[in-house]
Amino acid sequence: MAPILDIKNLYKNYGSVEILKDINVAIEPGDFLVLVGPSGCGKSTLLNCIAGLEPITAGTIDIGGRDMTHVSPKDRDIAMVFQSYALYPTMSVAKNITFGMKVRGVDAATQEKKLQEVAQQLQIEPLLQRRPGQLSGGQRQRVAMGRALVRDPKLFLFDEPLSNLDAKLRVEMRSEIKKLHHNLNATMVYVTHDQIEAMTLATKIVVLKGGIVQQIGSPAEIYNTPANLFVADFMGSPAMNLIPARAKANGKGTKIEIERAGAAPLVLTDTHAKDLPEDVILGLRPEDIAEAGFRAGEDVQEADCLIDMVEPAGADTYVVSQLGGKQVTARLHAETNARPGENLSLAFDLSKVSYFAPESGERLN
Amino acid sequence: MTEWLERHIPKMVLAPSFIAILVFVYGFIAWTAWVSLTRSRLLPKYEVEGLIQYERLFASPRFDTAMTNLFIFGTLFIVISMVLGLLIAILLDQKIRTEGVLRTIYLYPMALSMIVTGTAWKWIMNPGLGIEKMVRDWGFENFSFDWVIDPDMAIYAVVIAGVWQASGFVMALFLAGLRSVDGEIIKAAQVDGIPNWRIYSAIIIPSMAPIFLSAFIVLAHLAIKSFDLVIALTGGGPGYATDLPATYMYAMAFSRGDIGQAASSAMVMMAVVFAIIVPYLYSELRTKHD
Amino acid sequence: MTDIALTTTHNPSRNWGRIALRWLLFTLLGLFALFYLMPLFVMVTTSLKSLEEIRTGSLVAFPREVTFEAWRTAWSGACTGIQCEGLRPYFWNSVILAIPAVLISTMLGALNGYVIAQWKFKGANLIFSLMLFGCFIPFQVVLLPMARMLGMMGIAGTIPGLIFVHVIYGIGFTTLFFRNYYVSIPQELVKAAKVDGAGFFRIFWSIFLPLSLPIIVVTVIWQFTQIWNDFLFGVSFSQAGTQPVTVALNNIVNSTTGVKEYNVDMAAAIIAALPTLLVYVVAGKYFIRGLTAGSVKG
Repeated sequence: MAPILDIKNLYKNYGSVEILKDINVAIEPGDFLVLVGPSGCGKSTLLNCIAGLEPITAGTIDIGGRDMTHVSPKDRDIAMVFQSYALYPTMSVAKNITFGMKVRGVDAATQEKKLQEVAQQLQIEPLLQRRPGQLSGGQRQRVAMGRALVRDPKLFLFDEPLSNLDAKLRVEMRSEIKKLHHNLNATMVYVTHDQIEAMTLATKIVVLKGGIVQQIGSPAEIYNTPANLFVADFMGSPAMNLIPARAKANGKGTKIEIERAGAAPLVLTDTHAKDLPEDVILGLRPEDIAEAGFRAGEDVQEADCLIDMVEPAGADTYVVSQLGGKQVTARLHAETNARPGENLSLAFDLSKVSYFAPESGERLN
Repeated sequence: MTEWLERHIPKMVLAPSFIAILVFVYGFIAWTAWVSLTRSRLLPKYEVEGLIQYERLFASPRFDTAMTNLFIFGTLFIVISMVLGLLIAILLDQKIRTEGVLRTIYLYPMALSMIVTGTAWKWIMNPGLGIEKMVRDWGFENFSFDWVIDPDMAIYAVVIAGVWQASGFVMALFLAGLRSVDGEIIKAAQVDGIPNWRIYSAIIIPSMAPIFLSAFIVLAHLAIKSFDLVIALTGGGPGYATDLPATYMYAMAFSRGDIGQAASSAMVMMAVVFAIIVPYLYSELRTKHD
Repeated sequence: MTDIALTTTHNPSRNWGRIALRWLLFTLLGLFALFYLMPLFVMVTTSLKSLEEIRTGSLVAFPREVTFEAWRTAWSGACTGIQCEGLRPYFWNSVILAIPAVLISTMLGALNGYVIAQWKFKGANLIFSLMLFGCFIPFQVVLLPMARMLGMMGIAGTIPGLIFVHVIYGIGFTTLFFRNYYVSIPQELVKAAKVDGAGFFRIFWSIFLPLSLPIIVVTVIWQFTQIWNDFLFGVSFSQAGTQPVTVALNNIVNSTTGVKEYNVDMAAAIIAALPTLLVYVVAGKYFIRGLTAGSVKG
């Protein structure tokens, strides 16, 4: 299938400042692409470039197989939902939703029909005659979505649409957007700084930092095999443990040594890793460190560790131990007997391990 | 083509105003500056002769009086308006039930033309029939209040009328400023047992620095441009005792037919405004860029 | 909002102090109110007295016998130099001068502010700075060249000429007002409308203009007060017959022929002040709110 959105070698400068550098992204119809990164990484700028709201410095943007690089927003067959919702304050909800159709000269009957369809779909029929100022945050959000839906575009663009909602509503709207994506079989591009939103919604994630793409992949790829230290640290909560270690090849594989203050180094043996340099950063997610006896497998290795802190979190209990000079978090079952100041035998699942070069931050395995 | 048009419409909309400002403000300033360097009299001449007009200007006792008056009037007008405005603003800030009515009373002079203000105060301060006569009728036979016709005091009469007109506006500025101070800071101070007058003097007033600056700029600007008030109240007299640079310029331009003097005095006014406004605008625009 | 009203205490001696303080407060506020009201009071009462009563009575006394003779004279009979037709023709001059000048300058300010705040382009800020500075120049510096320019354009001494002058030198302030108002409206609104397919004027007309009522009120009041109360441009660029009301008032008051009719002067002054006073009483609330909002922010 031809990509519905194809960005090639996109550069964007403000004066002499490079905002986006050599962006290459393509998605298929039905994809849910999430652009994620810390604030100032250029993700919103990239979305504005896709929308045609910002001119680009170099490169091309194809939408639906047509070169749209220099086409104005209204002709790109897109719809957009904004962070502040950007509802027209003096127009009623109904007028907000139909404004685009009115501008494009759609006849009144069609406008009305589309309006009713969308209102029903989003359950905002009782709100149609109200002004945006009389709506709650969640209702405004729905109206903003309605304004996008009514266009029936090739591409939906979302610019941090949930960041102004409270935590509970955010989760609700998140699943609603996901449902919408599924029901409409629509193609969406979604900007967020929230990695959980990215993980839950995306079929494809682009991680951006400083205007440079760090990694593109499915949520599972991004989560399990982060391309570098930045992605490893940014995606996942609690974050991946990143532990300085020394690697030495021996007969069966590679011996991994982790320094510990006031105790002998922790030694693990990885039978798969090959050709590692001596200094590495070992990355292991908290859920891949369990209490001994609760995780089995040929790559699981157990070792006694001094527990510094125990944090019960309902379903799980997190424990923290000092390894390689870092606070290392392990996710244990809720009924663990771990106590701060005591030793506990932890199981390290090395089948999930990532190695990074300390200098470049690049993934090694 | 439509693409190009779409992209450039904003510039095209702004262009006429921008060109108008360029020509009618900056072009005209340049013209006046040029003419101020010539020997123009009744008609403008364009041969630059140097600073001769400025030499004449600063040698003229009438312009000297005008500058002195501007200094006296400006200083008193600004200081008294600010003090009075701040005082009334603080008094009004004490949860007064009739605040709305009082505010309207303090403020209405701002809606008046300076010509009207001048006319009213000229009558009130009329030595034969105004306040002087009123107080004498009360039995104080030796009371004298003839500032409008006293060359030494007339400029102070202008100050009274000016303060009456502008201080209400300053009050409104300060009142808005008092109300914009973060309420939590004040509550914290009250919890700490700090007396009210200390809260004002140590917390609220210092935090209003930008409003003092705004008020100063507005008043200074009014003072320099004051023209109507003097014309209506004293006509610049007695003699030219209450001349300001603005009235001097007008007299030179339209009754004396001395364009060179008019232009050079206008440039001096411009320079005074420049000295006050430019640092203000500079800081203003710089903070707005952030 | 700050509340620094004195907090209630139950200490009786402090309560007395509180009451005394409160009285002092009201006395002071009342005295200030008298200071501001006195000239208006004197103007009104004087305008209702006969000349005879003015000479014999006190400045602050109520008129013994109310007469509207002075008002009639001021309106249609007082002399402004050679002519003796009162303020009436000049009052209408001011009306037909102020209305178009206010409307045109407000409209231009709205469009300029919209461009500068929402359609930023390279140099827009410089243009804004130049316009802003234009608000602050002493107009004396443009009087001479403007007089010549109006002559060249063939509108010297005419009301269209005065309208032109007021529009040109009003643009700076009107643009400033609208720019400061529009700059607080999120840019996403324009973006959303662009995606919806609306263009520059459509967005202005359908989205921004309906939002602008408060700032339109402020700008119209500001411009109307400025233009109605203007004297410098009026006296410099008008001729007999086209003078605005402020110039005519000054001529009546300072005309040296005949007996000084103070009651007529006062009636004329009130007539000249009436439109702006009325605007202030009716809509002043919005005006102050808008005007002070900007300066507090700065």
